[in-house]
Amino acid sequence: MREGRPKSFYILALVFTLYVLFLYGPMFAIFTLSFQGPDGGLTFPMNGLSLHWFFKLFEGTGIVDIGAAFTRSIKLGLVVMIVTVVLSVLAGMAFRKKFAGSAVLFYTAIASLIVPSIITSLGIALEFRLIDDSVHHFGGSWGENWTTGMGLFSSGLGAHLTWTLPFGLLIMFAIFNRFDATLEEAARDLGASPWQTFRFVVLPIILPSVVGIGLFGFTLSWDELARSSQAIGAVNTLPLELQGLTTTVTKPDIYALGTLTSAVSFLAIFGALFIMNLLQRRQSRHGSDAGKGVM
Amino acid sequence: MFKSPSKNLVAWLQAGPMMLVFAAFFLLPLCFVVMVSFWDYNEYEMIPGFTTRGYYESFEGCVAQLPGLCTILKTYLETIKLCFLTWAFTLVIGFSVAYFLAFHIKSKSMQIGLSLLCTIPFWTSNVIRMIAWIPLLGRNGLVNSGLMHMGVIDKPLDWLLFSEFAVVLSLVHLFTFFMVVPIFNSLIRIDKRLIEAAYDAGATGWQTLWNVVIPLAKPGIVIGSIFVITIVMGDFITIGVMGGQQLAAAGKIIEVRLNALQFPAAAANAVILLVITFLIISALSKLVDIRKEL
Repeated sequence: MREGRPKSFYILALVFTLYVLFLYGPMFAIFTLSFQGPDGGLTFPMNGLSLHWFFKLFEGTGIVDIGAAFTRSIKLGLVVMIVTVVLSVLAGMAFRKKFAGSAVLFYTAIASLIVPSIITSLGIALEFRLIDDSVHHFGGSWGENWTTGMGLFSSGLGAHLTWTLPFGLLIMFAIFNRFDATLEEAARDLGASPWQTFRFVVLPIILPSVVGIGLFGFTLSWDELARSSQAIGAVNTLPLELQGLTTTVTKPDIYALGTLTSAVSFLAIFGALFIMNLLQRRQSRHGSDAGKGVM
Repeated sequence: MFKSPSKNLVAWLQAGPMMLVFAAFFLLPLCFVVMVSFWDYNEYEMIPGFTTRGYYESFEGCVAQLPGLCTILKTYLETIKLCFLTWAFTLVIGFSVAYFLAFHIKSKSMQIGLSLLCTIPFWTSNVIRMIAWIPLLGRNGLVNSGLMHMGVIDKPLDWLLFSEFAVVLSLVHLFTFFMVVPIFNSLIRIDKRLIEAAYDAGATGWQTLWNVVIPLAKPGIVIGSIFVITIVMGDFITIGVMGGQQLAAAGKIIEVRLNALQFPAAAANAVILLVITFLIISALSKLVDIRKEL
């Protein structure tokens, strides 16, 4: 536009820098504080440097069974990730055909995203209570031994999917809005079956973004709290344990837990970004113009 | 517009699994919330039937106390106030950040890198991002000790943490992302020649922003606003943790009822919240067609 940088550039660059500091500053404060010495407190200054609070975390003294919650959250996150990727890609393919009922699915997904989480969570809790009551009532002798249908991989999984699937679907929309459909036509003209077209033409092109859906699926589940709060059943996920700890926070072990949880998030984020980058490089290296249709 | 029946069938098979998940874990549960909101309850169980007790008790005293405000109205006013403050801050910050990324960063890879920098925290835990304020805002935190060191204050400020201030700060911290993405998406599509034309026609920077850029960014602004407003209206975790479990909010009412195992009362409050949220969204979405914006 204008010659040189306008004044607004410098002002906005300052705003942006402050925003990034605002985003990351507090997080790095607790990452640092989690390495407090054994006598260190919740605030600066650092009183020595140690892994004391991390060991404390795994000894399980006073604090809840973090190891079990950790494993549960990882497992649930992986299942949510896989289901989110598969269902989103499938539904994304369906939306390219303009089928009857597509509007219903679209608006349901949007509604699922913006209806307050506590309401969805409450609804799922009620649903499973009603199921339990019916089993007790109509199940006969089998019903007497029934405890509850609620659990990590029933109500918990469902609750997380109502949060991750809308993101998956929206990402698929973004992918296919920029997708060059003539490539598929070319594949069909060359005699490819619908499955071959998908497997060898569409999938390789959308794969980097599909990894992105997986990233959303895992991280959103890993950190999910509001929807889990009523719908997870007897056991707790890691974020729920963490939230429980906030009311009694006195020692830096909560920061150690925070650092550990974030480490998993960062591992997932950078792992996914690395794979996406790798896939994109491979695409451009293979020389065709196939990648140009994707963002 | 619809293709052959077999095409439709394939599409249904593909979209079916997702629809089923939404039916089982979203639509049906919502129906149960509405149904149970009309049930009766005692100390330990809910009783099927039809009563408006859940609603009646929620609004108890609202007529008698006029012109004073009853608890639920006060709570909703408080929630709407938090909502408005958060919305205003996220909008201004989100718009500035999106504008900077869309118009001032020319290189594509720089743009992706900086966008990623804004997105990464979204993929990390909200609770941790709340706890993270403790070492900064606590009684002995960096801000208090810094201010005391400089001699600005002589005893620590108490309102920095576990207060309304902390809640709004944390909400802005957590959810500005939801403003940045849709606004950026709108801005990046604006034809740069329009802005050039505005300048050539003699408009000042502010005039161009107000009369050209903002109207064209309206869809993004509306979508971002819908996200932020609905999140804050239903929030009970940020308000709980950062408010030190002392502040009232629409979402907290539901949580309190649930902890007391009063499911029908919780459901009635959920329906009230749902109706109010829906009214806000439908008012906002009059302004824009969401589906065109993807």
